[in-house]
Amino acid sequence: MKIAHHLDDATLVGFAAGTLAPAHSIVASAHMALCPQCRATLHKAEAIGGGILADQAPTAVSQTLRAATLASLEGLPVSAPKKPSAPLKAGALPDVLVRALGVTSLDQIKWHRKLPGVAIYDVPLPKGTKAKLKLLALEKGRAMPDHGHGGEELTLVLKGSYSDKFGKFTAGDVADLAEDVEHQPIVDSDETCICLISFDVPAKFKSIWARLAQPFSGM
Amino acid sequence: MLMPLVNMTDPSATTSGQRNDIYAVLLHRVAQSRDRLAFAELFDHFAPRVKSFMMRKGCNAEQAEDLVQEAMIAVWTKAALFSTDRGSVSTWIFTIARNLWIDRLRREKSQLYTDLEDFDAPDGATGAEENLGRSQEDNYVAQALEQIPVEQRELLILSFVEDVPQSEIAQRLNIPLGTVKSRMRLGYQRMRKLLETVT
Ligand SMILES: [Zn+2]
Repeated sequence: MKIAHHLDDATLVGFAAGTLAPAHSIVASAHMALCPQCRATLHKAEAIGGGILADQAPTAVSQTLRAATLASLEGLPVSAPKKPSAPLKAGALPDVLVRALGVTSLDQIKWHRKLPGVAIYDVPLPKGTKAKLKLLALEKGRAMPDHGHGGEELTLVLKGSYSDKFGKFTAGDVADLAEDVEHQPIVDSDETCICLISFDVPAKFKSIWARLAQPFSGM
Repeated sequence: MLMPLVNMTDPSATTSGQRNDIYAVLLHRVAQSRDRLAFAELFDHFAPRVKSFMMRKGCNAEQAEDLVQEAMIAVWTKAALFSTDRGSVSTWIFTIARNLWIDRLRREKSQLYTDLEDFDAPDGATGAEENLGRSQEDNYVAQALEQIPVEQRELLILSFVEDVPQSEIAQRLNIPLGTVKSRMRLGYQRMRKLLETVT
């Protein structure tokens, strides 16, 4: 899999720090499962966290904590060294998506269809999280919904492709764009294009259906 | 019986006299031979720092100590999964502490991070002794943070220490999210440049 479009460094720093909303974390993690380059950047960003931890002024821990921790080690099962996971096969879902979507293949998704050529699946997320996560299946010639405006939005292509002024996005590519970017992605693959999209819900939110229902030229 | 490996007042005084990452050597001993003495030295160095780190995230002392204990037990049980390829021991312990914190907040499961680690699991080719200078890198991070513009440093600290999401940073500082992101990106990239010139 040749990946041409990657996560923004700012997103990777947020992921490294653990501050990304769950919806964005899932998309970022699914991209990184496919992308050694972004994983390498992640590890470099984590080194900033490591340096900050190393630089903390120590706060003494209680003697009982030390004794209790040392005493609790006896008999604990320990991990054996691991072999690196094999790279994912083309079309295989990363584990993070198997868990998030509750399926082992995109063929098992229970799509919700409202418009011709468009199907959506709302991915359930933990309560109290604001950003949303949706799977989107679009047929050739359909436009992707326009950008969220007013928040973060990540789009990961899982199948098929679309193109906009930034180029062609195929399986594994992620669009991590500034919120003010104007662009009009159109599906250009013969097979249905399936994308995973996470987005913050802005105060005046236009539903994804409303955005999809707009004529292409108006998007 | 092994002698204590590290003289804390002089981190360069390792058995080899090289710039070995002393903590990686200790961790290697934990992984190889369940060396409790080595673990105790790791505990004495890292537990008070993890405690400070957790308290800066808003934990009280008692909650922080719970997390310290969980983190240090993970250091013991997962020692064999540490790889110097990916960074220093401090960076590894940072990821353990971060994952515990994420699970504690129940915003998501930290498994999303551990899955990724498996792709880059150590291949066994590099041992702690071969990898030099990783703990030095931690010192450089602190120095590099001092050298980048204050508005970039501020964002990195808010993210890594205070756990503030970027959209909330934008609200707090009353600047657009795009500005937060570009400062974050610049801050990260400058840090990388500074670190690459010294390591
Ligand atoms: Zn990437």
